[in-house]
Amino acid sequence: MDKKNQGKQKPLTGSFRTDGQPLELGEYEKTGGYEALRNALKSMSPKDVQEEVKASNLRGRGGAGFPTGQKWSFVPAAEGPLSRYVVANADEMEPGTFKDRILMENSPHMLIEGMALAAYAVGAQQAYIFLRGEYVRSSRVIAKALAQAYEKNYLGENIFGSGFSLQMHLHLSAGRYICGEETGLLNSLEGKRAIPRVKPPYPQVSGFMGRPTVVNNVETLCNVPHIIRNGAEWFKDLSLSEGGGTKLYGVSGRVKRPGAWELPMGTTIREILEEHAGGMLEGYRLRGLLPGGASTEFLLEEHLDMPMDFDSLQEAGSRMGTGTMVIMDDRTCPVGMQLSLQTFFARESCGWCTPCREGLPWVVHMLNAIEEGQGEMEDIDLLLEQARLLAPGHTFCALAPGAAEPLGSGVKYFREDFERHISEKRCPWGQNR
Amino acid sequence: MVTVYIDGKSYQVDGQQNMLDACLSLGMDLPYFCWHPAMHSVGACRQCAVKQFKDENDKKGKIVMACMTPAAEGTRISIKDPEAVEFRGRVIEWLMLNHPHDCPVCDEGGECHLQDMTVMTGHVYRRTRFKKRTHKNQYLGPFVNHEMNRCIQCYRCVRFYNDYAGGRDFGVFAAHDSVYFGRHEDGVLESEFSGNLVEVCPTGVFTDRVFKKQYTRKWDLQTAPSICVHCSLGCNIIPGERYGALRRIRNRYNGEVNGYFICDRGRYGFEFVNSPMRIREPYLLSGEGTDTRKTLKEGEVLSALKAVIEGAKGIIGIGSPRASLEANYLLQKLVGPENFYSGASKTESGVVGQMLSVLSDGPVRTPSLREAANADAVFVLGEDVPNTAPMLGLALRQAVRHRPVERVTSELKIPRWNDYAIREAIQEEKGPLFIASVTGGRLDSIASGVFHAAPDDIARLGFRVAQALSPNAPVAGGHFEADALSFAERAAKALREAKRPLVVSGAGTRSSAVLQAAANIAWALWEDNRNAALSLVAPECNSLGLALIGGHDISGAVRAVEEGRADTVIILENDPFDRLDMPGAESLLRARQVIVLDYLPTHSIDRLQAAAAAGARVVLPAAPFAEGSGTLVSSEGRAQRFYKVFSGPGERSAESWRWLRDLLLELGRPGSEALFSLDEVLSAMGREFPALGGAVKAGPPSDYRIKGMKIPRQPHRYSGRTAIRAALDVHEPKPPEDADSPLSFSMEGYEGQPPAPLTARFWAPGWNSVQSVNKFQGHVGGHMKGGDSGIRLIEPAKAKETHYFTDIPGPFVPRDDEFFVVPLHHVFGSERLSAMSSGIAELMPSPYIALNDSDAELRSLTDGGEARVELGSFASFRLPIRLDAFMPRGVAGFPFGLPGLHGAVLPAWGKITAVKQT
Repeated sequence: MDKKNQGKQKPLTGSFRTDGQPLELGEYEKTGGYEALRNALKSMSPKDVQEEVKASNLRGRGGAGFPTGQKWSFVPAAEGPLSRYVVANADEMEPGTFKDRILMENSPHMLIEGMALAAYAVGAQQAYIFLRGEYVRSSRVIAKALAQAYEKNYLGENIFGSGFSLQMHLHLSAGRYICGEETGLLNSLEGKRAIPRVKPPYPQVSGFMGRPTVVNNVETLCNVPHIIRNGAEWFKDLSLSEGGGTKLYGVSGRVKRPGAWELPMGTTIREILEEHAGGMLEGYRLRGLLPGGASTEFLLEEHLDMPMDFDSLQEAGSRMGTGTMVIMDDRTCPVGMQLSLQTFFARESCGWCTPCREGLPWVVHMLNAIEEGQGEMEDIDLLLEQARLLAPGHTFCALAPGAAEPLGSGVKYFREDFERHISEKRCPWGQNR
Repeated sequence: MVTVYIDGKSYQVDGQQNMLDACLSLGMDLPYFCWHPAMHSVGACRQCAVKQFKDENDKKGKIVMACMTPAAEGTRISIKDPEAVEFRGRVIEWLMLNHPHDCPVCDEGGECHLQDMTVMTGHVYRRTRFKKRTHKNQYLGPFVNHEMNRCIQCYRCVRFYNDYAGGRDFGVFAAHDSVYFGRHEDGVLESEFSGNLVEVCPTGVFTDRVFKKQYTRKWDLQTAPSICVHCSLGCNIIPGERYGALRRIRNRYNGEVNGYFICDRGRYGFEFVNSPMRIREPYLLSGEGTDTRKTLKEGEVLSALKAVIEGAKGIIGIGSPRASLEANYLLQKLVGPENFYSGASKTESGVVGQMLSVLSDGPVRTPSLREAANADAVFVLGEDVPNTAPMLGLALRQAVRHRPVERVTSELKIPRWNDYAIREAIQEEKGPLFIASVTGGRLDSIASGVFHAAPDDIARLGFRVAQALSPNAPVAGGHFEADALSFAERAAKALREAKRPLVVSGAGTRSSAVLQAAANIAWALWEDNRNAALSLVAPECNSLGLALIGGHDISGAVRAVEEGRADTVIILENDPFDRLDMPGAESLLRARQVIVLDYLPTHSIDRLQAAAAAGARVVLPAAPFAEGSGTLVSSEGRAQRFYKVFSGPGERSAESWRWLRDLLLELGRPGSEALFSLDEVLSAMGREFPALGGAVKAGPPSDYRIKGMKIPRQPHRYSGRTAIRAALDVHEPKPPEDADSPLSFSMEGYEGQPPAPLTARFWAPGWNSVQSVNKFQGHVGGHMKGGDSGIRLIEPAKAKETHYFTDIPGPFVPRDDEFFVVPLHHVFGSERLSAMSSGIAELMPSPYIALNDSDAELRSLTDGGEARVELGSFASFRLPIRLDAFMPRGVAGFPFGLPGLHGAVLPAWGKITAVKQT
């Protein structure tokens, strides 16, 4: 495969202003913005748009990596003007993850155009941006961009005289991690308790208000205009691996330059960590990392040469997740970090299914005891057992299995630290107490 | 049918279900919590985990929830798989982390699904040392006790209360491990089905607040199958007795009637049985004044009665729509058909007679409650269903879901049992339910159309709908408002397009015209759709049974006494003051001799006691439903047997039919010796009234035995048998004989499952809670093994064509000086017996007169102000005014049957004037 575009093109972030201000509509248009929408409405059928996206190997950037074109194709063919919906999942609540915020704050029209294309592709006339409530700046930027887009008829009735109409709404989340789960999101959007729904039926068949609905991550949607403008082949060429395109990778933790960078899909962890994040801060050593947000398995130094893409990490037993790494250094207590993670997951459990609702608080109790110097050796096996039991299929949704990934791997990789806490009856990292 | 494999064995199952349902229906044990056969699957608790294998070569398999796994052809699961067994144990462990383990003091103890499931999974040792999460409890009213710490978050309560029963004042709050089920603040639960939380909750969060004060366990209750007497639907119940008092009522599953639920009037209305006011001894009133009351000793009663009868110059009998078939029949037998009065008011008799003729002479069938819940379009004409027949209201709440459920199951291929997915897919969509009623009601919020009008206008609207449905139906002439016409069109269209249309009406408005209109609609539908059904709500628990026996209305009885044709009146479980206006009732009670059979003092008995009379007046202690056996006919036309649960203190009360039988024997009436047992009475009745011929089959005959044994009323764990009476006498008395049924007053007898009419409790090994009903059903959620209780007595005539009613009333015309006063019904208050329960009394409305705002304004009547309501020249009430915007102009609403409001025979024209405040 000729990979001529690799590393040179940054379709998502390349056009960003350098002063951190969002691209105004005119600026976005100058970089080719809304061309894709214009062309698609003029010369492509909805099916064509779907096919192009399918051919591009775009995979969902929210964490699960499901092929986007395929997801859209599950929406039943439109029969008459029955309502269907597109929803942007902008409830970016994965700990350590901030990539969607960068996109929304810098190029809101890219998201709007991507959503408009998605809506056209699946025959939706209503679209919602479900935005994390704390993203105040994003919400201001998006609200303004929406007004501009309506004004120029990129949204609204009969867009470009094509006969296609789309209403787009901004909805601020009241703030639950589970709202990032697409069906929990839909319940919340309907004003119900944010609990996940049973699947099947998938939202593409029965989603918002019981109607066909596509829920896509912000970064995923932002890729769509570029795919439509430049073609599926171009998009695939951006990538170093099977899944097409670039990826916003991020690094947080005690590195020299924490941040996020758009890089070819499949860039190695080492390159991201050492070249882009500048390596560890002086005096800190890498002990492990969560490759794709808090709900992925720990990786160790030995995994650094692994390419960051969906399939490679899956093979290594972890997940790419959101592609934003959390680095654990040698001066951070692994028990304390685990406690912090699990406290988050336990608190964010929606309370619907038993293993998650009851299992995670138990885990927190044990971690807390260990960190406080009151742990018992049996706790370690119990923690591992809980991590094993909170498996996909055992629980109603992916929240608890997500929590189990850093738990199981963390206890496995850093077991001696857990044992030291218990045998010394204190946290060897005093500052974490 | 499809083949599924469970632990390597193949089974044939109905492919429409999920694997949990399939396993339970096959009689297997698989623990569960969130799933409920009436509410289906949501997949929340994860307790029914099993291992599923792709095919016979798949040895690894994966854990799935049986309740969320379709029983499709070739499905392979293992219940015994070690990983599945381990996981189910861990689920219990999780649930138990915060459970208080207070079983010994918990009211659910011994009938707790959580206990049963814990034992079933084998989870024993606690592995956590951390503190339990605790909650504050709420006051939820007189019926349901709240103890949130016991909660295992199965979500059944909120799914029943809100999703199934339409409640809106209950919910789930907070998240993660502090999920809380309750109200937004302390307060009385608004739903008339709140008591079902007690049975729906798998543990002791929601317990029976009335039973809680009895300090009695399930296994110490003496129980018998019974029938609710508080409305006409005939819900099946299990009353339980301990220490000579009725302690509680539980639902008795009947697949055709009440299914898993009963209403709060039925569950909590039993306290009258324990009332200190009960008539416990026979007594004689003679001469003048109250000091003439003389208790009749054992040997004196029959001779006193005989003297009354033999000294009579003309005897008439007043029957009762709340007394059993047997009692009414024997009274009719004693006095002769020409002297038998049904005991209902003239209007009520007319309406019930109308009902019976519509059901037996017309072509349309009356549905069971299960069938009513299955209707896909409903038109309610005139009846305030949630207040007169609550469980029919609950059925209608399910019926409105059919249309959208059918849509999503066929279009989206969502299985019927996948309740969560179905509810999300249909959202707020409702099937057609049209309601024409006098004023607003609790089903209005789920109706596709609501029309409020005076009874005559409701009838006219009904005739108009019938006219729209069939060219053969008579044309409703006269003026119709545009909104009435469009309502009629919409309703007719919805009914015409339905597969299973249902018309609901009843005696609530006491209007024959309304019933006739309802019949015309059903018949018009029937012309094109043989599945059309007609459900008519009768006034009382045996109204229809009594109508099958016949009898004149009670006004004739007054004339008979006034004209001197009768000087002796026998009143059976009835109070003429509830049926007649004051002068009429007074007249009737001036008969020289009166015999009253009842369990509680009535206005009439008070009157007899207070008034002087020359002749003898005898009061006999009748047995209420729990202390006797008999048969009732529900508004479905279903004859059902209720069995004696216990003998009341003193043991001198007996079923009215038994008193009447003894009297017949004492009198030496020919043939009376062949009327000894209940079976004999019913057989004789069947010979005399062929329409009632089936009633004898409502229960197995008294000599029915299983393996030569009777069926015990006491469970095998009944405790303290020898101690209960030890304070009185250390010798344990011989248990009473029950010659009338195959049930024994004992722990001994057949321990297996008897036929449904004789099922006195639900219990199966390992299943101590009410969930054990699974083990008594042929298919979970279906019919009882061997068939549900009851025999349908009324089936439609095999008519080729319908004879429509043509007597269409003219439009209702409000009067300047009078209001048309109609009865308004209240689930709590409009039924006398249940109103004696303290909890129900607490929830009753206080008396009022309801008026439309503009009517009130016109007459300077203000909300809350006092009004004088005069009905005829005899009945006068001072009542506070309640403004009700839905009341039609010229119509006033009077709360039906509230204690203290005697002598209002409704509907009637009446004057309403403001009482001047001085």
